[in-house]
Amino acid sequence: MRTLTEADVWEALAEVPDPEIPVVSVVDLGLVHAVELDGDRLRVELLPTFVGCPALELIRRSVAERLAGMAPEVEVEMTFAVPWTSDRITEDGRGRLRQSGFAAPGPAQPLFTTIPLRPTATCPFCGSADTRLENLFGPTLCRTLFWCDRCRQPFEQFKAV
Amino acid sequence: MTAQALDTPVRTALADLLLAMADDEFVLGFWDSEWTGIAPLLEEDVAFASLAQDEIGHARALYQLLAELEGGDPDEIAFGRPPEAYRHARLLDHPRTDWAFSVARRFLYDTADAARLDALAASAYEPLAGVVAKMRREETYHLLHMHAWVERLATGGQEPRARLVAAMERLWPDALCVLAGVEGDDLLVEAGVLAEPLAAVRRRWLAGLAPELERLGLPSPPATPPAGCRGPDRSDDFRWLWEQFTMVRRSDPEAVW
Repeated sequence: MRTLTEADVWEALAEVPDPEIPVVSVVDLGLVHAVELDGDRLRVELLPTFVGCPALELIRRSVAERLAGMAPEVEVEMTFAVPWTSDRITEDGRGRLRQSGFAAPGPAQPLFTTIPLRPTATCPFCGSADTRLENLFGPTLCRTLFWCDRCRQPFEQFKAV
Repeated sequence: MTAQALDTPVRTALADLLLAMADDEFVLGFWDSEWTGIAPLLEEDVAFASLAQDEIGHARALYQLLAELEGGDPDEIAFGRPPEAYRHARLLDHPRTDWAFSVARRFLYDTADAARLDALAASAYEPLAGVVAKMRREETYHLLHMHAWVERLATGGQEPRARLVAAMERLWPDALCVLAGVEGDDLLVEAGVLAEPLAAVRRRWLAGLAPELERLGLPSPPATPPAGCRGPDRSDDFRWLWEQFTMVRRSDPEAVW
């Protein structure tokens, strides 16, 4: 049997979809903090996108199920070692978000300026920048609502955090 | 720095701070969830549901840190105490009331919490610094939202303005409690867990807020926080909320979702 490599693990992780936006994988979203292979032990650390995201345990379990059997011991854990930020979403991930009607986030907000910058977005349907923020909060913790003044459609943006 | 590296008095003070912060976020989250379905605008229904979910998520992470520090089960800490054992600030003893009141409370809470998180961002207690780094990114959205609402009510004509001013006058003394009532904060400063004592964090918060209050002609804070900032005396309104949020657990302690 061929020895398991880190590349094999990353490939498997790329097959685990986000439960709320299944077109992107946990790798696309930059959720994978560390992959460690040590003899019989495979350990993967994931970063929570939003602290209160109800899908965190679901994501952890999906990853654990996909990796089960790849090594004698598989551990999958969430860590706050570094903060996940939307800047971690890969170029591929951004492309896939746009294709499914989500605007990709802009650069993460500077923290706690007196009045933070209001987010802006490009319409994922027609590419126009002529858009308006409708609501900072959306159907899930990670989404913001916009309206496109050119193609006259609402759309969602993955929050820049 | 890990939990084992902390002296007993520092660990006790840290546990007190974590419980106070977690209870603040937890109780505010439950009050804000009261707007679900009845907020004055559909957008605000969605927004307050998200805000509430964020706060309860933050509380969960903080109860988890507390359980790692002192032992115990995070759910048991969150739901298993009698009302008088909660350590939230008196600001959160008030009911939801009207929209202007909820906006005023969130504005005062979020700006005070931002100052508190700033003072913990470089904490020598790494597990806390990690959670705080994540919380600050999410709280940026809360701040943006609440600054916009305070501006809108303060400049939105006679009635919204009058209601906002009345709510702020009523809430100011208890708002100071968000940055008070934790024993041993000087020990935490000495150990590098907290950047400065809570009284100094409070002054920094108020100094930052003063220009905005002045520009909008809104009430200023009193000089000092009231006594009994974090219990054990609790309002009937909080007791009612406690009945609500502990109902499932009291009826079936083994229930799982």
